[in-house]
Amino acid sequence: MNPAFSVIFLTTLIGAAQGLFLALMAGQIYSDMGVLVEADEKLFFTYGTAIITVLMILGLLASFFHLGRPERAWRTATKWKTSWLSREVIVLPAFTMMAVLWGVLHYKGINPVVFSPTDTVHISLTMVVGLMTAGLAMLLYLCTAMIYAAVKFIQEWANPLTVVNYTMLGMASGFTLSAALASWLGFESTFYYANWAIFLTLIGFMTRLASLYRNAHIKLKSNAQSAIGIRHPMIRQTSQGAMGGSFNTREFFHHKTDAVVKSIKWFFIVTVFIIPVGLLILGVSQDNATVFILAFAVQYIGLLAERWFFFAQARHPQNIYYAAT
Amino acid sequence: MTQLALIIDLNVCVGCSACVTSCKEWNTSSEIAGVMADKNPYGKDPSGTFFNRVQTFEVGQYPNTEIVHFPKSCLHCEEPPCVPVCPTGASYKREEDGIVLVDYDKCIGCKYCSWSCPYGARELDEKQKVMKKCTLCVDRIYDDSLPEERRQPSCVLACPTNARLFGDVHDPDSHVSQLIREEGGYQLMPEWGTKPSNHYLPRRKIKISVREDELQRVDNPLKKEVRRKVSEDDVSLDDFVAW
Repeated sequence: MNPAFSVIFLTTLIGAAQGLFLALMAGQIYSDMGVLVEADEKLFFTYGTAIITVLMILGLLASFFHLGRPERAWRTATKWKTSWLSREVIVLPAFTMMAVLWGVLHYKGINPVVFSPTDTVHISLTMVVGLMTAGLAMLLYLCTAMIYAAVKFIQEWANPLTVVNYTMLGMASGFTLSAALASWLGFESTFYYANWAIFLTLIGFMTRLASLYRNAHIKLKSNAQSAIGIRHPMIRQTSQGAMGGSFNTREFFHHKTDAVVKSIKWFFIVTVFIIPVGLLILGVSQDNATVFILAFAVQYIGLLAERWFFFAQARHPQNIYYAAT
Repeated sequence: MTQLALIIDLNVCVGCSACVTSCKEWNTSSEIAGVMADKNPYGKDPSGTFFNRVQTFEVGQYPNTEIVHFPKSCLHCEEPPCVPVCPTGASYKREEDGIVLVDYDKCIGCKYCSWSCPYGARELDEKQKVMKKCTLCVDRIYDDSLPEERRQPSCVLACPTNARLFGDVHDPDSHVSQLIREEGGYQLMPEWGTKPSNHYLPRRKIKISVREDELQRVDNPLKKEVRRKVSEDDVSLDDFVAW
């Protein structure tokens, strides 16, 4: 496939935003339980929500560049029964609005106790809203990843690992961002977010390596024989039916050399996983906000490369009909 | 239930591309659906929207090769994978005749349907920015103002060798169903379970397989078929007369 930058930015930006929300929510749960209480947690939640909102809007903006007719985008919410793309279009604004509501409740300090299951446990309004939003964040990871995992013809994508990787890498970048924010606010509990970021990055490293291993050993179902229905091992295309190019040669081929694709693979392995983990460890030991911000910046750039590779690696069976390109 | 489809006979296709040009001519002339955009048609890198393309494959290794011309358009699958993935419902399969169509007024040009088609049958129009594909000339085949024999897809009428045939593949008695049955019609990429409605007829060579023992009659008491040597002297009337 030819990687489209609109989709690369969309998936990485919203992935980080969802991860950041999950980090904020984890912070609130710990705070409500009285484990990690920070004096400035209201600032943390409101700044965090502001960042989430900006990332989600930027992602949404990027996605419009993918559409030929963006003015008709409202129609996409209609076929949610069958299409993962439609489901994403519904869950994405739902998550954003709920996250904003959660942030506003924190900012305004509206936080009445909704119910108390026991005398000592009190469930507040922000907790209820936050847990619902966290559910939507997880659902959005599922919807985004299933858009790709549901295309059974692209065997590199049609696998549960796609969903696992989108979730893990989004959460890793979101938790790294939360560590940067917490450190910038001078939180005592920065180490807690940073440790989660390290843990999630390492888990993501393992699952991404698993999918790289799987994709390197894939046996393609379609070949030239099944494509044109002629039983002969030697089939060579001499003409693909167009002199210049066509939509089929532009959309489904990245036209890059193997060396470029391979170097981007190594680039993302280093920048998504190895350098950020090193910087996060360094940040925890030195308690330095700049190091955490740098960790997020490097990881995000790495994720852009990771997503590029994700698309470039996908081999679509239609390419057999355009092998003469 | 009706399922209209094309049958492509690879045995007689000569790769002249008359189906390509006639398709483009008919389908670009629609006032409602708009033109099929051409970009740089006479320049260095011409590019344009086509519903149908003729590709060419070389089968075998030199000198034992055979050139196969292979027209490819939307196969109007019975299980079209491009339809359920459409987020707007612009892609749909008609109940009454099984034609898979795109509603150009609903399409947002997200290209997801083209990812979900293993055959590369869909092309995004560069000017209209909507997805386009073969319509089986749905605006011709039901047009009462045309004489009945002309109510066929444009490509079928244009083909000089009758390599393209059009009909209902669900009707067992239709001409196309008989051809699929009797001439070995097959579907493309059956491994994906898309059940394409269009079928292809293979190259066919007339060959008779004769075994060695079939050349000799086993029950031949008079041994009449034994070849006589030129020098044989017991020449009889049997050698000259067919009784």
